[in-house]
Amino acid sequence: MGLQQFWFIIVTVLFLGFLVLEGFDFGVGMLMEWLARTGSGDVEQRRRAVLNTIGPVWDGNEVWLITAGGAMFAAFPHWYATVFSTLYLPLLVILLVMIARIVAIEWRGKIDDPKWRSWCDVGIAAGSWLPAILWGVAFAVLVRGLPVGPDKNVVGLSFTDVINPYTLLGGLATCALFAFHGAVFVALKTGGSVRGDAVRAAGILSLPATVLVAGFGVWTQLAYGTGWTWAVLAVAVMAQLAAVALARGGAHEGWAFLCTTVVVASVVILLFGSLYPNLVPSTLDPAYNLTIYNGSSSPYTLKVMTWAALIFTPIVLIYQGWTYWVFRKRVFAESIPPSIGLPMRREP
Amino acid sequence: MDALDVSRWQFGITTVYHFIFVPLTIGLAPLIAVMQTVWVVTDNPAWYRMTRFFGKIFLINFAIGVATGIVQEFQFGMNWSEYSRFVGDIFGAPLALEGLVAFFLESSFIGLWIFGWTRLPKLVHLASIWLVAIGVNLSAYFIITANSFMQHPVGSRFNPQTSRAELDSIWALLSNNTGIAAFWHAVAASFLTAATFVAAVCAWWMVRSKGSPDGAALYRPGTILGCWVALVACVALLFTGDTQGKLMFHQQPMKMAAAESLCHTETDPKFSILTVGTHNNCDSITRVIEVPYVLPYLAKGTFSGVTLDGAKDLQAQAVKKFGPNNYIPNLFVTYWSFRAMIGLLVIPGLFALAALWLTRRGRVPDQRWFSWFAVLTIPTPFLASISGWVFTEMGRQPWVVVPNPDGDQLVRLTVREGVSLHGAPVVWVSLLSFTLLYGVLAVIWFYLIRRYVVAGPQEHDSEPVPPTPPTDDEVAPLSFAY
Repeated sequence: MGLQQFWFIIVTVLFLGFLVLEGFDFGVGMLMEWLARTGSGDVEQRRRAVLNTIGPVWDGNEVWLITAGGAMFAAFPHWYATVFSTLYLPLLVILLVMIARIVAIEWRGKIDDPKWRSWCDVGIAAGSWLPAILWGVAFAVLVRGLPVGPDKNVVGLSFTDVINPYTLLGGLATCALFAFHGAVFVALKTGGSVRGDAVRAAGILSLPATVLVAGFGVWTQLAYGTGWTWAVLAVAVMAQLAAVALARGGAHEGWAFLCTTVVVASVVILLFGSLYPNLVPSTLDPAYNLTIYNGSSSPYTLKVMTWAALIFTPIVLIYQGWTYWVFRKRVFAESIPPSIGLPMRREP
Repeated sequence: MDALDVSRWQFGITTVYHFIFVPLTIGLAPLIAVMQTVWVVTDNPAWYRMTRFFGKIFLINFAIGVATGIVQEFQFGMNWSEYSRFVGDIFGAPLALEGLVAFFLESSFIGLWIFGWTRLPKLVHLASIWLVAIGVNLSAYFIITANSFMQHPVGSRFNPQTSRAELDSIWALLSNNTGIAAFWHAVAASFLTAATFVAAVCAWWMVRSKGSPDGAALYRPGTILGCWVALVACVALLFTGDTQGKLMFHQQPMKMAAAESLCHTETDPKFSILTVGTHNNCDSITRVIEVPYVLPYLAKGTFSGVTLDGAKDLQAQAVKKFGPNNYIPNLFVTYWSFRAMIGLLVIPGLFALAALWLTRRGRVPDQRWFSWFAVLTIPTPFLASISGWVFTEMGRQPWVVVPNPDGDQLVRLTVREGVSLHGAPVVWVSLLSFTLLYGVLAVIWFYLIRRYVVAGPQEHDSEPVPPTPPTDDEVAPLSFAY
């Protein structure tokens, strides 16, 4: 295997890590309000219980995206340049709402005021729903291709290059999948009544998730896939069906979560596998395809980065994994301590 | 304004915003680690309360530092696609390393620190804030390495087959003398920012808490810690600044000529204390106050026998070498940002000296003027850091990769050649969105920081919570929850 193939795989793995981990972060953010209001008990405590399932880990999860972007830049600078300059406005929206989510999560508890919290909840919701949809759209756009010209820049981008039935289905699929993945995660990480409601939510979400993921997966495979990606699609579908069965069962959240993880991972591998060896297929002329061969850094850079990746990735996996182990206990609505935020205005 | 100007404004605004919060993060993480270490070693509850007090403020700031940082990772591709193609073989590596080595470290261990007060053994919990401190400083190293490549490209050569610069030595890139000096300079600036913040906040509280035992037990030690770190940082800034300056006189003579309003080549030129002009160009300036000996020393380390090229002569040389263009940066901005950066250093330096004097031999000062001095000092290192970055980035214009006088002259790029091929309207949308969002967030950040500073250490932070005993009770309350 050459360095260019290896780095295509590394970037795939980094985006896979991002979507698996932030997939349930987005799901948690999407479901916070719904899970807070259904079921019994104090709404704010339930809301916080759901949010705190990702409390210690969401920031580290987001770094997978930053590193994926950095790795794209380092290994395939033409890919980085073409994709991010072309998908400028969608990426702008993603960035704006992800910024809002970051500060909303961290600052939410700092002021003990219902209006303050409501605004933060809006930020968390926007920063969860929109990326869940738009990342699906973005990857679908990539697989479908863009009007790349001879100089590796896109010429005459039209609205339908970005928004069309295939990419819309991609956005809906990731949205539903992340919501389902998130519900299963909350069911795994909470106890008491929140856990029960999360199981019910997962059950409800399992249907749209299955339909949309299967639909998007089959379309991707038929239109863009290759021989071996059939196997990936099969794994995705089987894992999804297993996840549905386990989630509805209500007692095997750990296995259900493993299955939804496999589904997200398989969808990512299906997409990148269909893309390979292109980085951005050209809808104008296949001769203009941006590929791992004409879009990569020099062999020396790829070699240096390979050493760095081989040394540091295992270290990251170990300590990030350890974080999940440290905070493995279930969160109960009753275990949420009262707010330690300051009142909005100082006492006179 | 064309797309290039709008893109430059956007990069400038987003980066300056980011660098309001980041120095506080980089400097405050180690300070909090020190505070927590002192608590663990001495068991003195005052240091625990100080850790929690500044820790809360740190987290408010850390969040917006991260939030304004994610844009930066993508902005090169979004707005500077042609620059990304030209230098990506070199520039992408430190960015990827920053994520892999630094960001994962700081983001994982901050989660452990926030949530793990009772979940982790004391020393492991202490180690996590130290790892955060290391992570944020490593991040500074990698991004400064990347920026220093722009200022002084090393370890690379131009490849005519691929029409781009390519890396030929990672070690040269990572040990760029420009980068090493700039890294220590940025770290020193960050430590100054955070230490001044700690010292000034504690000083303000010393005056405010007149009569309370906290004055002597908590705020006085905090003030003294902040002041000593601030003074060491001031000295470090002068040394690293001097080193950087000497490198810049050789590597970027036009930038330093602009910084000195030196328009014509001179032997032993005078250092300008004040230059004014009717228009922002070399033909209409007057050097009003100047002093001898200083400039040769700044440039070469000797007081005489130094010839420095003036801006107009450098312009002529550049046109001959690189073709027609305006190679003189914005004189007004370069000159004044350079001076602001250095001049502002005086204020935290004086404050630290005054504070150490007023707290000598166990004294707990209560003078109102000292309290005001403290408050007014807090923003000065922030402003100095911003001035420094404005200086170094505006001073390298029109270059986005400055030709290295000792290196491959084909490794060079102007901003115009580097910008993405968008029309202006699209970039206006992002410029306005980012500016608006960042503006709103900065106001909220300021409100939160001020609120928490004024509220002081809180009741529930007075006693360390005992570690959660290993019971089967699943519903034990969390030590912290968002």
